[in-house]
Parts: sequence; structure tokens; C-alpha cells
Amino acid sequence: MFQQKHLLDLESLSAEEITEILDTADSFRQVLERPIPKVPVLRAKTIANLFFEPSTRTRISFELAEKRLSADVVNFSASGSSVQKGETLRDTADNILAMKVDMIVMRHPDSGAARYLAQRVSASVINAGDGMHAHPTQALLDLLTLRQRLGDLQGRKVTIVGDIAHSRVARSNIWGLTKLGAEVTVCGPAPMIPADIETLGCQVEFDFGSAIGDADAVNVLRIQLERQKHQIFPGNREYARAFRLDREMLRRTPEHCIIMHPGPMNRDVEISTEVADGPRQVILDQVTNGVAVRMAVLYLVSGGVRETLGENLE
Amino acid sequence: MVFREKAQILDADDMRRAVIRIAHEILERNHGIDRVALVGIQRRGVTLAREVQDAIEEIESRKVPLGILDITFYRDDLSTLGPAPRVGQTDLPFDLNDTVVVLVDDVLFTGRTARAALNELMDFGRARAIQLAVLVDRGHRELPIRADYVGKNVPTSKKEVIKVMVEDFDGIRRVALGEIEEGA
Repeated sequence: MFQQKHLLDLESLSAEEITEILDTADSFRQVLERPIPKVPVLRAKTIANLFFEPSTRTRISFELAEKRLSADVVNFSASGSSVQKGETLRDTADNILAMKVDMIVMRHPDSGAARYLAQRVSASVINAGDGMHAHPTQALLDLLTLRQRLGDLQGRKVTIVGDIAHSRVARSNIWGLTKLGAEVTVCGPAPMIPADIETLGCQVEFDFGSAIGDADAVNVLRIQLERQKHQIFPGNREYARAFRLDREMLRRTPEHCIIMHPGPMNRDVEISTEVADGPRQVILDQVTNGVAVRMAVLYLVSGGVRETLGENLE
Repeated sequence: MVFREKAQILDADDMRRAVIRIAHEILERNHGIDRVALVGIQRRGVTLAREVQDAIEEIESRKVPLGILDITFYRDDLSTLGPAPRVGQTDLPFDLNDTVVVLVDDVLFTGRTARAALNELMDFGRARAIQLAVLVDRGHRELPIRADYVGKNVPTSKKEVIKVMVEDFDGIRRVALGEIEEGA
């Protein structure tokens, strides 16, 4: 039984807890196919979406998940808010909680911001991305997509390619995949691979072709040159020459290997248009799964009791 | 928590007879099985619905459609007090509109499960009518809900528990009345 009050990262979850989230997300995938794709699970709950960093798809995905669960939703973004007037994170949160909010979904540019908040407020906190630390719901939706396509992930080989050092998506995926027994290989230009990344339980391969040779799935990360404070790689063209997943590189993967991308894509930088629109990609599936996974997380974190129904005592 | 049995309510043969009688009553009331569908409420209601389906097939030589309903998302007691209950599957493989739906559950008690099931069904479409079949009606309703088909009425105290055992989950078919004892 899921007992967590917050979702801050996948590092602090057990394999059983991750599996329970994925199983619950499968049920919510079914709900999304219904004539009325909405259930009254979080009726009378209020959720605040605090986005201190620009985000379109994660925010829309969370907002849709919340509305599909019948929650009341308030949105708060850093631009044009009191944050620009110098308010601290804690004061912002306290002010929002004083308005009787039950759950907070937060994206923040600082690593550790979600945990900081969780330790100081009474509401449940769901991390929608904190700095370079974690993006647990992205990893969960990737796991759900992988599980739907490959079945049990035990012993499956997943290659993550891109800027591993600056990527919370990569870190969260490595935590989640290794907990479920998958073998993870990371690949990218040497300056983008942290020196001690193997301690997370993954392998490092600098040659792109070798890294994907026996992969069941390749997760292509977005190259975020805008995120780098000091330029660690010359430019998009140089990156594309060595690490772009195009038709040539796709031939090196096994037939059944699926291609994932967390979006938004830089077409023809990290992935060629041909591959991005090709038969092996599951990118839009990931987006649909994102809503289901976020519904599952919100539902499980909100808790519930089973006793008062009487008839259904197990 | 331990179930201490006080009396057996139905044995396997009693259960079989009750299911057959309910099947006959469903046919009689709806003048056959045209546009009739069964929907079992997870989990033991599904087993019983399957048994009613078999009994109807025995009589009419035709199968009625069978659906499965998991009412977890429609419960009125989801709160912050404990862990969230596990969710099962809902599957209604027929068009609900213009169909008479017979909901099947093992025990009718407060009526809150039936209420949740009604709400969930409404979100799938507009059934021509919804009827309720239960193996045991034990009283103590908290909502204005009654069953159309009842296997057996059993007067109980609120403290008591009705335990319906079916092959799929319990490896035996019978119904017992008892109490839940804490500890041990």
C-alpha cells in the first residue's frame, strides 16, 4: 500500500511503490478512454501549481490530470508574481497554504526546492522538476510507456543519450529503471557525463553506435544549450554529428527497439525528423501516459480510507 | 483482525439455488434478455454476476453481456486519513444506452457502494433502467436504495459482518455471519 505523503524523487521510493503507481496509472489510462473521462476522486481538494520556471507541457499535463480528478486548481507562475518582488519560497508557500490548499505541485530552478518545501508545509508536495535534481513524474511516464511496450523491465536494456550532467530527467530515469531491474547505459559527449554517474548503477558508453547496439529502448534527451552556464560543447551542429539519432543510427538498434523523447524536440539536433515521425517512436504515447501517471500520483499521495463503506471490507 | 464465525447463512447448494432463482426473476421481470446486461461490482460481485450469466444461459440458451465495475474512484470516503485503496478494472463491453443494466453485488449494507456504482454507470451513458441484484441484504441502509433481486435477507447487528466466500477468491462457496475481533 502506498503510504508516501509527497513525491519528491524516485530515489526514495521502493520498487513496489513505483510499481503501484504504474498499476494505478494503467487504471487511469482506462478512465481517459471513457465517454466522460473524469472521476470524482479529488472532489473538494484544492491543488496549487507553482511554476517558478517556464514549462508548458508538464504544467498542462498536471493541470489536466487535476481536472480529470475533479480537483479545484489554482495556477501560479513566477513571472508577474510576488517572486519578482523578492518574496521567498517559504513565504510564497505559506501565503498559498493560508488559502487552504491541500496539495502543491512545484517546478523550481533550484535542486532540492521540493524537499525544502515538503519539510515546511502541511500540504502534500509533488515535484514537477527541481533544478538538475529530479523530475519524478517524467521518469514515471517513461517507465509506464516502457512497461506497456516491453512488459516486465527486469533485464531490459535502456540507453539514455544526451546531456546527462544537467538532466533531471536522466537522473530520475536512472533511479526508476534500475529499481525495476532494467540495465541502463548513458551516452553523450564526455563533458556532459558526470564523472561518478556509475554510482547510480548505470554504465557509461561514449560511442553512440555501441551504446544503442543492443538497446530495447533509446531515450533521447533534449539538448538544452540554453541551460548551460558555461558552454561545454561547441554547438548543435557538432552535437548532431556525433549523437543525433537518425536513420543511419537507428539501423544499429535491434528491430524491436523503441525511441523515446521527453520533449520538446529540437528536430534535427538530437533526433532527425524522419526518426521523430517514424514507426518506432512512442513520443505522443509518452504524453498521454503523462496525464495518467500524474493522475495516479495525485490519487495515491492524497490518501484515503477503506473502512466506512462496510460492504467492501477486505 | 480475525473473523469469528457465529453461523452459516448459506452453503454451496443454497447459493446455487439463490443464483438460479435470481436469474429466473431477472428474465421474468424483463420479459427475456433482449437489451439486458449484467454488471458485477468488483470483486465478488463479478464472480456472482458470472454465475447469474451462466444460469441465464442455462435457461435461455443465450449469453447476456457481462461488465465489470470498480467503484473505487466514486467512493465517498476517499480522504486523507489513510493509504489510497488499490484500484481494479472497469470494463463495460457493450453500449449502455437503451440497455437494462442489472448490477450484481455480494452484500447490500449501507447502500453506499450501490450509490457509487450508480454514479459511475451514469458517466458511461444513459441506461434504460438500472436494477440491483444482491446475494445477501443485511439491512442498515444509510441511503434510499433497495435491491430488486435478493438471494437472502439476513437481519444483522451493525457490528456483525457477512462474509461471502466464492470459488475465485476463497476456494469455497458459502456465506457466513460473524464478528471481526481486533488483535489475535
